Formats: sequence, C-alpha cells, structure tokens
Amino acid sequence: MGSDEFLFLLAGLKWTVALSAVGFIGGGIAGLAVALARTSEYPLLERVTASYIALFQGTPLLMQLFVVYYGLALIGLKLDAWVAVSIGFTLHASAYLGEIWRGSIEAVPKGQTEAAKALSLNYVSRMKDVILPQAIRISLPATIGFLVQLIKGTSLAAIVGFTELTRAGNIISNQIFAPLLVFGIVGVLYFIMCWPLSLYGARLERQFAAASR
Amino acid sequence: MTGQSSPAATAAAMISMVGVEKWYGDFKALTDIDLSVRTGEKIVLCGPSGSGKSTLIRCINHLEAYQKGEIRVDGILLGDSARTIDAIRREVGMVFQQFNLFPHMTVLENCMLAPMRSLRASKAEAEATARKLLARVKILEQADKYPAQLSGGQQQRVAIARALCMQPKVMLFDEPTSALDPEMVKEVLDTMIGLAEEGMTMICVTHEMGFARQVADRVIFMASGAIVEEAPPAEFFTRPRHERTRAFLGEILRTH
Repeated sequence: MGSDEFLFLLAGLKWTVALSAVGFIGGGIAGLAVALARTSEYPLLERVTASYIALFQGTPLLMQLFVVYYGLALIGLKLDAWVAVSIGFTLHASAYLGEIWRGSIEAVPKGQTEAAKALSLNYVSRMKDVILPQAIRISLPATIGFLVQLIKGTSLAAIVGFTELTRAGNIISNQIFAPLLVFGIVGVLYFIMCWPLSLYGARLERQFAAASR
Repeated sequence: MTGQSSPAATAAAMISMVGVEKWYGDFKALTDIDLSVRTGEKIVLCGPSGSGKSTLIRCINHLEAYQKGEIRVDGILLGDSARTIDAIRREVGMVFQQFNLFPHMTVLENCMLAPMRSLRASKAEAEATARKLLARVKILEQADKYPAQLSGGQQQRVAIARALCMQPKVMLFDEPTSALDPEMVKEVLDTMIGLAEEGMTMICVTHEMGFARQVADRVIFMASGAIVEEAPPAEFFTRPRHERTRAFLGEILRTH
C-alpha cells in the first residue's frame, strides 16, 4: 500500500470525523430540546418525545439511514449522501442524547429545583444556572460513551454510498487486493479515535464515583 | 385562641390562609387551614411527622399547589398564574432541612444568583449585599469556598444568607436543624434568633422547643393535616388544652 492509498484513507477519516461532529453537535442541540421536553411536566410534550426516543432506540441505525436516504428520495426529495447521513445521524443522536440527558436532569436532587423556585428563579434560569450544569456533569461518562458509539456507527454511512473511512477502506482494498492490511489500518484509525475517549469517560466516571462517596 | 384573629387583624396580616385544603390524590394533606400571621410575628409550627406542617409552609410559596381556599402574602393573592407565584416568591425566603445549596457554585455565587436574575441587581450590588449578609451570619471568610467544603451548620447559615439576599418580607424555615449534628444546631438557631430579634416575620417548622419558648409569639400544633391548637408559648407548654398536644409534648420534651 502506497502513500496515495493511505492519503485516501485519511481523506475518508476526515469525513468520519466530520460526520461524527455534525451528528454529535446537531444531535446535541436537538437532544437538549428533547431532554427539556421530556422533563417539561407537560404530559403531551412528554408523551410525544417519549415516542420519538422509543422510535429511534427501537430501530436499527442502518434502517434509519435507509429511510432518510431512500425514503425521502421516493417522495421526490433527492438528497446528497452527505446531507442525508447528516440528517440521519442528527436524528439518531438527538434521541439517544435526549434520553441520556433526561436521566441526568432527573438525577439532580429535587431540592435543587425547589431551592431555585423558592428564590423565584424562572424556568430558564433554573435550567441554565442550576440544573443543567449539574446534569451535564452527571451525564458526561454516558455522553462520551455514546460519542464513541456514534463514531463507530458512522461506518454504516458507507452502505448508502458516503465515502467515509470504512468505504474508503473498501475502495482501496478492492484496488490493491489486500483486505487484511487495509481493514487492519482502518481498524487502528477507529481505535485511535475511540480509545482515548473511552479512557477519558472511564476516568470521569471514577472521579464522580469518588466525589459522591 | 380563635377570638384573637378579628377581621381587622386579618386585614393587616403579612400572611393569611383561609380555608386552605390540599389533597395528594385521595389523601387529604391539609384540612381547612385558617392562619393569619402579622408583620413581624414569629410562629413555630410543630406536630408529629406527616401532620402537614411542611406541606403548609410549602403552600405559601407554591412549592405545593393547594386545591381550595385562599393564601395571601403581603396582600398578594396567590393564584395559579406564574406572575403572582413569582411575585410571592420574591417576598418569601425559604430555608430547607437539606440546605439545598447549589453545589457547583461558591458560597458567594450561591448568594448572588437570585438577586441578579430575579431582581435584576448588578453584579456589584449583588456581591455587596451577599457579603453584608454573609458577614451577618458570620461566615464571610468562607465566601469563596464550595458548599461541600463547609460543615452542615455552616451550609445552613449560608442558606439563610442566600434567602436573605432577596430582601424577603417573610422567612419560612422547614426543619432547618433536623439534618444537623447536635453540636451545630446552636449556631443555626442563634442565627434564627438574631433574625427574629430584628423583626423578621417568620414561620418555623421545628421541634426545637427551646427556640419556640424563646422566640415564638405563637406556637401552632398540627395533627393529621389540621391545626389542633395555637397559643403563646407560655400557655402552650404549661397548659396545652388538647389531648393530642399533651401527648406530643410529652413525647418531644422527653427526648429533647
């Protein structure tokens, strides 16, 4: 395998990182909205978002990507692969992050909300100043764990023709007929992205365990 | 003592509750509560656990909703609208059994948040007020620490200062010393006594009968969600009229 092939893999890696970032940031923003709706104490809003979460947690990610990519094409909305997978991953991440953060918001002791209410803080301030800073801390290990899953999950985008790291590997492997070498390198590249995040997540979890003792 | 609360006294009341009832589902937590508290008056609310005393004071600042009756604070009728709830919460400070300080903020930040957000105080104003009140509860030197670095008694004094930073007209205390180690109870009670001497209108849910004797204008005894008896402390402790009050006092004075 020459340097041209390796650079092609790195170009694929770049799109894996980009897709992970878009999915995580887009999903983070939408996921915060989902989490706030889930904890809003408005029954209708809670039910709608609970169904949304159940839908995305109860179906395979690959099927979600197919629906966005082929399904929207069927109704005449022909999306570029990049746009389609970005939408797919954003929706997927918003449901999972929404559920993780709902749990974290609910894990903040009730007395915190009561104290904030008694001090006449409004909803925005209660969330922004009091609850979310504590919920984010609680959620960090699980959030990082999900990010790792998301990065690895982006490999499914290869199936709808988006040239990220896995598909780049596939292309190179077909050219030089060295699948073990190529996918070995691809695997190492994924590992280099995910392993430090996993370590970081585990360290945060230990810190919180120690702090709450 | 029902003869004391004439209509004139009710009109000048800082807090008035008329016919307040509250249910949790089928369970009636508060039954026909009539209570009028004059400006500057100190009330101690006692009773066995589950008697509704915490629920009663939590209705005053709408941490609990009530289904029937009327509550007014400083003339403002507590309705369901966010505006009246907010208006009342700005006038009513509350201190909790579990302190409920914000753990991710320093002591000073805990005290500055609500005045800045809710009263639109500038940062400098909020900090000046916070420092003044932290000094008053004798804890100014801990201003830059986080709550977890303080003892329970210190945390509760910070919680009192935090509530006072909103310049409330009424302070509600919900078993403020129940979660404290015995050696820390006094520092919190002393702070509350200081506050009482300065004329703050206070309702204290507490089993500290020494505090009640020293500070209270009236002691109110609740059982099963209703007010059973109310009297000035001298009378309440020496000549309780109801059997349930006598039983409760017998129990509490033996263990305290």
